[in-house]
Amino acid sequence: MLFPSMLRTSGDWFADFEQLQDRIDELLSGRSMTSSIRAVGRAGAFPALNVGTSAEALEVYAFAPGIDPKSIDVSVEKGVLAISGERAAANGAAQGTKSDEPNVYASERFVGKFRRVIALPEDAEPARVEATYRNGVLKIVVPKRESSKPRQIQISSGS
Amino acid sequence: MQPQSNSTAMQTQQPQNVQNANARTAPALLPPVDIFEDAAGITLLADLPGVAREDLAIGVDGRNLTIEAPLKLGEANSLTPVYAEVRANHFRRSFELSGDLDTAKIDAGLRDGVLTLRIPKAEQAKPRRIDVRVE
Repeated sequence: MLFPSMLRTSGDWFADFEQLQDRIDELLSGRSMTSSIRAVGRAGAFPALNVGTSAEALEVYAFAPGIDPKSIDVSVEKGVLAISGERAAANGAAQGTKSDEPNVYASERFVGKFRRVIALPEDAEPARVEATYRNGVLKIVVPKRESSKPRQIQISSGS
Repeated sequence: MQPQSNSTAMQTQQPQNVQNANARTAPALLPPVDIFEDAAGITLLADLPGVAREDLAIGVDGRNLTIEAPLKLGEANSLTPVYAEVRANHFRRSFELSGDLDTAKIDAGLRDGVLTLRIPKAEQAKPRRIDVRVE
C-alpha cells in the first residue's frame, strides 16, 4: 500500500486542489462569479459567436457554415437579438453511387435546430440591423444611436 | 454511429509537427468533420466558416492529407472585441490515409464554409465479387 500515505496530508490539500480546478474551469469556460443576467454564455454552442464593437456599430459574427441564408432567421425583439435556424444532416447515402448505408467514421459537425440570443446594449438601434452571409459566416451589424456616438466638442473662446 | 470505432480506412490525427512559424504562435482551430465511406470511396465534410476558396490549402504528402486555411472575417476595421468563442484565425487538421485510397483523384469543393472532399478508392481496392468454383 503505497498510496494511502499520500492521501493523508495535514492541511486540506484536496480542497485546495479542487479550488484550483474550479478556477481553471472558470477561466476556460469564460464563466465568472459575476456575469450579466443576459450573458451570451454557452461556449461550444452552434453557431459560435464573436461580438465586436466600434464607434458606429455592434458587429456580431455567427460561424454557421453550410446553411441556406434564406433559412436563417435573425430577429430583434425587446433589445434581444436572436439567430435561429436549422442545419440538415449530411446525407452520406446520397453522395455514394449505391443506395446502401455508408460506414460512418466521424460525425462531429452540428446537426439540427439552433437558436442563439444576444442582449443588445442600450445604445443599439434595432431598426437598422443588417445581416449578410458570406463563406459560412453570418455578419450582423447593429448600428449605434446617433446620440451615443463619440463626437468632438468645440471649445469656443470666451472673448 | 461510433466515430471512434476501428477506422481502418482513415484515422484522425492531431497535427503533430508544426511547419510554419505563424502557426507556432497561434493555436489552430480544429474543424469538426463528418467522414463516411461507401463502396467507391470516402467523403469528408469539414466546417470551415470564414474561409475563401482561394485561401484553402489541401495537401497530400505521402499518406498524409492536410487541410489548412486562414479564417478571414472581411474588413479589418477598428473593432474592439467584446466576446469571442472563436479565438484563432487559422484552421488546420490532418488525416492519415490508407493505401487503398487513390490520392491522385481527390476532388474538393468549398461552399458556404463547408469543404467536401471526395477520396476515391483505388481500382484494385474496390469490393468485388469472388466466384466460388464448384469442385
